[in-house]
Amino acid sequence: MLTVSGSPHIHGDSSVKKIMYTVVMAMVPAMLVSVYFFGLDALRVLLISSLACLFFEWLIQKYLIKGPVTINDGSALVTGILLAFNVPSNLPVWILLIGAFISIGMGKMSFGGLGKNPFNPALVGRVFLLISFPVQMTSWPAPKLLFGSITSTDAMGGATPLGFLKEGLKNQTVPELMKDMPDYAMELIGFIGGSLGEVSVIALLLGAIYLLAKKVITWEIPTAYIGSVIIFTGILWLVNPDMYISPVFHLLTGGLILGAFYMATDMVSSPISSKGQILFGIGCGVITILIRIWGAYPEGVSFAILIMNAFTPLINRGFKPKHFGEKIQSA
Amino acid sequence: MGILKTFTLGGVHPPETKLSADQAIEVLPLPKQAFIPLNQNLGAPGTPQVAKGDEVKVGQLLAKGEAFISSNVHSPVSGKVLKIDNVMDPSGYRRPAIVINVDGDEWETDIDRSENLLKEIKLSQKEVIEKIHQMGVVGLGGATFPSHIKLMVPDGKKADVLIINGVECEPYLTSDHRLMLEKGDEVLVGTTILMKGLGVDRAIIGIENNKPDAIRNMTELAKAYPGIEVCSLKVKYPQGGEKQLIKATIKREVPSGKLPIEVGAVVNNVGTAFAVYEAVQKNKPLFERVVTITGKSVEKPGNFLVRIGTPVKELIEKAGGLPEDTGKLIGGGPMMGKALLSVDTPIVKGSSGILMLREREAKRVEVKNCIRCARCVSVCPMGLEPLLLAQYAENEMWDEAEQEKVMDCIECGSCHYTCPSGRPLLDYLRLGKSKVGQIIRNRGKK
Repeated sequence: MLTVSGSPHIHGDSSVKKIMYTVVMAMVPAMLVSVYFFGLDALRVLLISSLACLFFEWLIQKYLIKGPVTINDGSALVTGILLAFNVPSNLPVWILLIGAFISIGMGKMSFGGLGKNPFNPALVGRVFLLISFPVQMTSWPAPKLLFGSITSTDAMGGATPLGFLKEGLKNQTVPELMKDMPDYAMELIGFIGGSLGEVSVIALLLGAIYLLAKKVITWEIPTAYIGSVIIFTGILWLVNPDMYISPVFHLLTGGLILGAFYMATDMVSSPISSKGQILFGIGCGVITILIRIWGAYPEGVSFAILIMNAFTPLINRGFKPKHFGEKIQSA
Repeated sequence: MGILKTFTLGGVHPPETKLSADQAIEVLPLPKQAFIPLNQNLGAPGTPQVAKGDEVKVGQLLAKGEAFISSNVHSPVSGKVLKIDNVMDPSGYRRPAIVINVDGDEWETDIDRSENLLKEIKLSQKEVIEKIHQMGVVGLGGATFPSHIKLMVPDGKKADVLIINGVECEPYLTSDHRLMLEKGDEVLVGTTILMKGLGVDRAIIGIENNKPDAIRNMTELAKAYPGIEVCSLKVKYPQGGEKQLIKATIKREVPSGKLPIEVGAVVNNVGTAFAVYEAVQKNKPLFERVVTITGKSVEKPGNFLVRIGTPVKELIEKAGGLPEDTGKLIGGGPMMGKALLSVDTPIVKGSSGILMLREREAKRVEVKNCIRCARCVSVCPMGLEPLLLAQYAENEMWDEAEQEKVMDCIECGSCHYTCPSGRPLLDYLRLGKSKVGQIIRNRGKK
């Protein structure tokens, strides 16, 4: 029997599964660093979050939707790891389970599953937890090394550098506060308080290079996002360095790098065209800084990405890729 | 060598799998029976000029293309007309064809069967076009558009360059490659004839750099032909698409919905140039062509000079028989070819290759949800949004599909090829094209 179907008759080697497990691989360095800095707590959060996301997806697909179960496509695992990356390592288990349920249930499955969700599922879960359990979500453990005995006085417990800054600026200037903050090198390797996956800029960049090389993400969104943060905070810093901290600080602290490379780039919830992606990235950058500097929260990456996710359909409408033969050239 | 030229928008790079690239062209023995469809060109079918029981010679006119876009069909064999009946052609439809019982190999006497290279072109521009028309030459790249029409530049337009397509960007296929190696001079004379017919003094032969031997050979030979240059191109599918090739070689962009002549270019295939040489210099109608027979399980992949009307199975036998694990039989390449229903299908003017895909390769991958990764958008050589157009087609939103330029789709299949969710994007786009095309035609009638 011969198969008869329309062309093309061959298929490239890409698949959803391959893409998802490439993302998982890219997150391995940050996972290792998180376990190194936050110990077994980090491992516990990573495992529970991942397993819970897989479990809830299975439960919903099998018993609510009664359709095919697709938990081995890797997407629930990615959501699980990203959710873990976005919470403190000492988050109580029951809160983490609620976060996983909201991520998968509300963020993903209620819209029709993978590909249909307008928002990044992990961020939906994260923001839900942040609003519902603000205390637990913002009490950060100080990093303590899994091996070795270095305890740094620079490593502040109880607050992230961004939180410390926001609180401190109420009655102190930036240069005064800088004395009590970890130096840039510490922030670069991640020896600071924060959600477990966001602390190490180096580990995140390693994975990001891998994602770019594997063409799972493209340069537009991260570049526009980070670039607009640098420009925006740079201008403020030049105008008044007593009130506004340097762009380097903004780059190295909080969830900017994690957000720019791993969450804003989520293909499902970000724009299609190159131009649209650049606008999306700029929007993320501007909103992040508006919240960080003038908002009620010390950090704005999650909110910024979710807000821009909501604009994605509109951006897709307004920013089309360049058509071939659109611009009439003379012979 | 600087940066290799190529087109700028989209494109993919499927495994080249040119299994038969080193196999010289062999002559396939004559079939016992030949099945010659009356319509082997884009456009209207020809009108039969013979009847049941007639004795015919090789090269005799079998069907006359009377409509404007139509082409003559000549007998590829000598023998007796058995019947004119419906026969399944490569499209899968049963259409009128002339069936001939082959007897000997008696050619029309005015065909020059010698191997001598004739460089001097004796015919005038007008006579060249007429000759190409008479000899039934059509575009051999696959589209089978009657070649003489391409040479008749519409009023108000002007051609300044002829582009010869030696790209052969489809994986597996090697017939054009072999022609450029073995019949380089003939191709170049054919190119010169086409230049004369078109009234231009410049021609560019575009060849992808996965055929360095062909580039070397053609560049060397082209020195003796004024106005012809060889352009080496970076390997990228679908560079053989007219608009892509024009963009790659002369950086001009054919406007949406327009023909290449809009930017002063006309594109012809290497195989067509060879057929034009034979038609004009040797008085030989188009009744045979080079066909690649290939596939990963095929015992002896090769390139054969095949008479039109030969059933595909004879070609398969010559290549070592149909492999047991064959899951799909394709007329043409794997990206744009058509799946054939049967091994009895005849070779026609547009048959560039016969590809046997293994069972495993023949099956489509499981279709999953679109994850909006936009890879289809980034590979589309026409700058379309296949995911969006597929959605419009699925929901029968034809106005929106037209607005988003579904008619610009060249059906190269890069979107479906690259989709991680295995979505049949091109199937939907074809549906969209046919519906929107219908709507546009009806609009014109009012």
